[in-house]
Amino acid sequence: MHREDFTMLDNDIVFFDNGATTLKPKCVVNSVIDYYTKHTSNIHRGDYDAAIKTNKLYDDTRVVVSKFINSDSDEVIFTSGTTMSINMVVFGYMEKVLNKGDEVLLTKSEHASNVLPWIKLSEKKGIVIKYMELDNDYSLTVESVRKSITDKTKVISIAHVTNVIGDVRDIESIGKICKEKDIYFCVDGAQSVPHMKVDFKNSNIDFLSFSGHKMCGPTGVGCLVLKKKYLNDMEPLCYGGGMNNFFEEDNSYELKKGVTKFEAGTPAIAEVIGLREAILYLENIGIDNIHKHEMELKKYLVSELKNIPNIKIYNENSESGILAFNIDGVFAQDSSIYLNNYNIYVRAGNHCTKMLKDEIGVKNTVRVSMYLYNDKNDVDKLIEVLKNSEDIFKIVI
Amino acid sequence: MDSNLRREIILDNYQDPMNRGLIEDESYMKVNTNSESCIDNLDFMMKIEDGIVKDIRFDGEACAISTSATSIMIRSLIGKKVEEVNLIIDNYRKMINEEEYDSEILGELNVYDEICKQPNRKNCALLPSVAIREMLEEKKDD
Repeated sequence: MHREDFTMLDNDIVFFDNGATTLKPKCVVNSVIDYYTKHTSNIHRGDYDAAIKTNKLYDDTRVVVSKFINSDSDEVIFTSGTTMSINMVVFGYMEKVLNKGDEVLLTKSEHASNVLPWIKLSEKKGIVIKYMELDNDYSLTVESVRKSITDKTKVISIAHVTNVIGDVRDIESIGKICKEKDIYFCVDGAQSVPHMKVDFKNSNIDFLSFSGHKMCGPTGVGCLVLKKKYLNDMEPLCYGGGMNNFFEEDNSYELKKGVTKFEAGTPAIAEVIGLREAILYLENIGIDNIHKHEMELKKYLVSELKNIPNIKIYNENSESGILAFNIDGVFAQDSSIYLNNYNIYVRAGNHCTKMLKDEIGVKNTVRVSMYLYNDKNDVDKLIEVLKNSEDIFKIVI
Repeated sequence: MDSNLRREIILDNYQDPMNRGLIEDESYMKVNTNSESCIDNLDFMMKIEDGIVKDIRFDGEACAISTSATSIMIRSLIGKKVEEVNLIIDNYRKMINEEEYDSEILGELNVYDEICKQPNRKNCALLPSVAIREMLEEKKDD
């Protein structure tokens, strides 16, 4: 779909690394160029025309984001991306409200950014991290969540869609359980917000994190969406201009009350404006259409891959456009170097999920992750090259 | 070097590398190395006695280039004096980094003389030299 919107695709490449980052449509690139060539200015400080335009676009991005994920616009904080968002939750809020012995539930398929901050917090505060059991497909069931909860459970922090297995967690049901049991529900939406409808309010999410660059937007910008009631108690990790009301010689100061309390300094203005354009672009295509398209492609990819005997697939049943595999006897990185020879861009490695090896029994995989602009031709090219992989070492050595 | 021969040597060393597998022995130095730019992750152990490299072993997961380079380097270095080992590593690094080097002393390691054509694989080829150099430095500090 819409391949003509992506200049990168003019180079005759197959871009299957969308879990890492996505291509940018011309409208997003142009919105960033416009900022740098037509209305460069800082926000909230200028009374001239360019600044007024920049302000309008910057502030409107909060509204655009909130409509996209169904929150209120004064619940949207701009961050540098998912990693920063989760760190803000853990060290800005959870460090304050959690106590020794409180339990945080994660899974072994979480990305490093949703594990390491919690490990650090356990060092600092003595919280206890527990990993919920995955099923035979390496997915997290609602039943497993229920079984893992004890009277000490204070937080459940999980990816909506995991970045290697690509399993979609039933966040609506898990959110309901969290509400019933008074548990904070933190959702890493990096791999879901770009690909499917995420409903912040209806899923009872307390903290939702995601990145702009994985959804056709620029790098360096993301969001932390949080329930308003946490804004007061959450501490900013960064202090400076734009986030205070006053400060005096006697060390007295007052911080802003709303989301801007967490946006000290000049933000990534061009990137925020680009994010706005990216979301409008996705909305125009329709997020449900994108998800449907990816699922059709995934189904096709799996059915074709199954005809190749030396391919091992790790996650054929997951309901997302992510597929992890290995070629028998070939190290994942050698496979990706081989595919690069045919302009097929995939990712090899542990994909920042270093504990997943305990579950799937292998450290490294090749990951194909699809997006709206991939099509059946892309899959056919991949299949063709994989079918002829008996000569792989002639290519990679 | 003929490209088929080069490929054959690399592939042999990848599929059946020398001294793969670690042993329990306190007299060895140990180091783990993983590359910033790729996913290779190897553990190394080395024994030096009377200024001579007596043994080097390794284990872990790595690509064809890293694994084979490790195997060939181990074969090239065992039995050599520490000064000779340093000289070989210096020249090997120069070869990978496209600087002037002495190919005479590199022997079979010359199979990587064209790796610079694939810049993203330089770090794979350099991985064993990084690990062995780290252990040599450690020994120097003792």
